[in-house]
Amino acid sequence: MSQWKKAWRLLPLLAVMMLVLTGCGQDPFLSALTPRGPVAEQQFYLIKLSIYIMMGVFAVVMVIYVYVLVRFRHRPGQTGIPEQIEGSHKLEIIWTTIPLILLTILAIPTVKITFDLAEKFPTDDALQVKVIAHQFWWEYEYPDLGISAAQDLYIPTGEKVQFQLTSEDVIHSFWAPALGGKTDTNPGMVNAMWLQADDPGVYKGKCAELCGDSHTLMDFKIVAMDRPEFDAWVEKMKEPHVSSSDVAEGEQIFADSCISCHAIDATQGLDIPDFAPNLRNFGDRVVLANYFNMDDETIAEWIKNPEKMKPGNLMPGFADELDDQQLASLVDYLNTLSVK
Amino acid sequence: MYLLAGGFFFLLGGLEALLIRIQLMYPDLDIFVGGTFNQLLTMHGTTMIFFAAMPIIFALLNAIVPLQIGARDVAFPFINALGLWLFFLGGVILNASWFLGAGAPEAGWTAYAPLSTPAFSHMGVDFYVLGLQVAGIGTWLGGINFLVTIINMRAPGLTFMRLPMFTWTAFVTSALVLFAFPAITVNLILLMFDRLFGGAFFNADMGGNVVIWQHLFWIFGHPEVYILILPAFGIVSDVISTFSKKRLFGHSAMVFATVLIGFLGFMVWAHHMFTVGMGPIANSLFALATMLIAVPTGIKIFNWLFTMWGGQVRINTASLWSIGFIPTFLIGGMTGVMLGVAPADFQYQDTYFVIAHFHYTIVGGMVFGLFSGMYYWWPKMFGKMLNEKLGKWNFWTFFIGFNLTFFPQHFLGLMGMPRRVFTFLPNAGLEMGNFVSTIGAFGMTLSILIFLLNIVITNRSEQTVPADPWDGRTLEWTIPSPAPEYNFAQTPLVRGLDALWVEKMEGNGQISYAEPLGRIHMPSPSVLPFLMAIGLTFAAFGFIYHTWFVAATGLIFTFVLMSIRSVKDDPGYYIEVEDIDEGVKV
Ligand code: HEM
Ligand SMILES: [Cu+2]
Repeated sequence: MSQWKKAWRLLPLLAVMMLVLTGCGQDPFLSALTPRGPVAEQQFYLIKLSIYIMMGVFAVVMVIYVYVLVRFRHRPGQTGIPEQIEGSHKLEIIWTTIPLILLTILAIPTVKITFDLAEKFPTDDALQVKVIAHQFWWEYEYPDLGISAAQDLYIPTGEKVQFQLTSEDVIHSFWAPALGGKTDTNPGMVNAMWLQADDPGVYKGKCAELCGDSHTLMDFKIVAMDRPEFDAWVEKMKEPHVSSSDVAEGEQIFADSCISCHAIDATQGLDIPDFAPNLRNFGDRVVLANYFNMDDETIAEWIKNPEKMKPGNLMPGFADELDDQQLASLVDYLNTLSVK
Repeated sequence: MYLLAGGFFFLLGGLEALLIRIQLMYPDLDIFVGGTFNQLLTMHGTTMIFFAAMPIIFALLNAIVPLQIGARDVAFPFINALGLWLFFLGGVILNASWFLGAGAPEAGWTAYAPLSTPAFSHMGVDFYVLGLQVAGIGTWLGGINFLVTIINMRAPGLTFMRLPMFTWTAFVTSALVLFAFPAITVNLILLMFDRLFGGAFFNADMGGNVVIWQHLFWIFGHPEVYILILPAFGIVSDVISTFSKKRLFGHSAMVFATVLIGFLGFMVWAHHMFTVGMGPIANSLFALATMLIAVPTGIKIFNWLFTMWGGQVRINTASLWSIGFIPTFLIGGMTGVMLGVAPADFQYQDTYFVIAHFHYTIVGGMVFGLFSGMYYWWPKMFGKMLNEKLGKWNFWTFFIGFNLTFFPQHFLGLMGMPRRVFTFLPNAGLEMGNFVSTIGAFGMTLSILIFLLNIVITNRSEQTVPADPWDGRTLEWTIPSPAPEYNFAQTPLVRGLDALWVEKMEGNGQISYAEPLGRIHMPSPSVLPFLMAIGLTFAAFGFIYHTWFVAATGLIFTFVLMSIRSVKDDPGYYIEVEDIDEGVKV
């Protein structure tokens, strides 16, 4: 008997401990609890509001619960029969009405923010980005700027960016928690949403809908930079890549083996979904293939056997075609694909 | 039988869950990755929902509902047996995928199109599609059977408003089964056309629509979660009332709340789809409808508390599970309201927050309730009491393990961990939560082992249990433990809510009967249901392997058996008065 009382005392302790243990050390560029833009902020506001209301409800219920369990425990030797109460209309009305009021308090901002976040902008107002999801990588088109990019999404800070999201294969979901909630990318349909990053930084994003063997590895980054820098980035992206003669061998290999799938021209092929990531600014990638370290060794590893690193992806391996020396010069060339 | 098979699948699903948690114990592990991991998570979900939770609920419904309404059996014993075999063989078909074909299905238990269409998945999904169809027919038949039983076979005087809460929830649950299962069946048939006959319902390139799958799935799927939780509500109501020595507070309000939850359960399916892009109007409406469900659920919580209020609450394993149910389910319900806040759901959707939420409702709710019911009714079902000491260990290890596993997951989700991922990166604050979660999973595993041990020990022990070991209130406690195969020697006469309690209060000590003792008619056992189910299983494999003549043979075989069953008269047999064990005094 006493053993369960003791354990009860442990419970709140446990909960608090867990809060402390898990709550700290979160990644401010990944967590929905550290909003970095108005969308995530409004959502965070609703999260907090609903948690507070629910904690209030929880506290009330727990007070009654503990009181009942302590006060009305069967005591040894206790006999007699408790009064058989049928119920109470008054009480039933009370605990119908109070929740209704609490829910109304929650419902009003819910509906308001639902409509706010669904707002669509006139095309000439906001920067437009088309997100095209692929198994297991992301393609971005900036229709008004005439460029396209892959994996890392570059946006300007302090302004709303309007997204149109779709998919080339299965359903994925575009989610950068610190900037805002997710929207699914459905093949054959186009969804809309907007995001805004208040400060420059590299925000982490993830595919949030099971999309196949490498769903776990389908991350992405949102690189937010101030408007002038962003404009400069756009201008550079528009320029064709000019390679130096140092990497001529790698360039040749790329032309033979890779260019059939990977474009290195950001202005090319807009309006048609790419088959593989555009590598115009590959050298600037934060991570390789959305998940792995951007070092020469890993890049070579990837080219040799992408299936091993990202099961189910569509890139063929080149372990048989390219020897280590050729791979090294190919990697050298890839690293020059930069707009910085 | 239902219990045995359901228990077996529960262990299987549990093992899959443990493997998942082991893979996620530390960042960057590579024990089960990629497709293997997806197979594990798909099979865990599918097995737990369709082949563990449903049959264990059906086991209790089968064992207890007839007893609570004073009936000798369910209305259609033949259909009951058929339902059982269809469910079981459906589970066999699904799990056969581990060994046949190209591995288990890997598109998630939700099998979203187009990931589940042939272009993006291998043969495993065929086993899913056909296994669930076979099992689904079984479940649907079971639901109809319980509906008819409760409507038609109540003892004299047992009006609807006098039904014990468990029977009420069984009634509403069966109604939900009746209306929800056709939706998934239609969906599965569409997918089957896409997979086996080159259809394009879910192929956007050919004019199909991928979102239809989600609508049909959740039109079934949301009621399904209420199908699972309502019987637990019923168990908790009965258990709390019995062990508080009080009638259920607000019985009629509880009935009303149950019906309302069942009804609203059909109005909210799209809250699983807030991020699909339905637009602000649909999102707002479904958000509001979802929040509304909190009201009848809250009514229930308060009525349980006020049933205990002023009572004499006896603490034993059976009541502990029900008492533990209240705070855990409450947490699940509250995160449910949070998820209903559509714009905030954009952050929660498809993350560990959702995993935490529905495990708090399904495990913290349904499983706690089922354990409570198991300890409560075990003597009535098997004539022996489960060991109390092991029972307490069973409860506490589970309670602590459960909270350790799922509580941190709320935070993992908010901190950016999507669900259905096989690993996570270090240094994003996700290590501790995942580690604690895996430790908790081991705690629950230990708990289940203790429960199995308890069953074995109890089974071996020599004990006899009186008809009414708990000072019960309802009809099942008027007959011997274990219940004889004819249940009631004489049909009881019900004179109020909590029929047995009414008699106890009037000092009768015994229920009165509505009929004189006479010989009892019993149905004869039949192999036909088993053979029919075998026929359909045969057909299912025929479809999976595209061998149409096997499929046709299986179907024809089943139809022939159905015709035999229709024309053959089954006279049954009688149990003579001398053989009836009558003298039960309580
Ligand atoms: C040896 C020549 C090739 C090189 C150097 C190369 C390089 C790369 C690199 C560096 C990535 C990661 C991109 C990123 O991080 O943004 C990548 C991804 C990819 N490549 Fe290639 N590639 C080559 C050939 C090909 C070919 C011939 C195909 C098409 C058949 C192809 C299809 C893909 C696809 C679909 C991805 C995305 C994989 C994913 O992340 O899911 N590649 N490739
Ligand atoms: Cu994806």
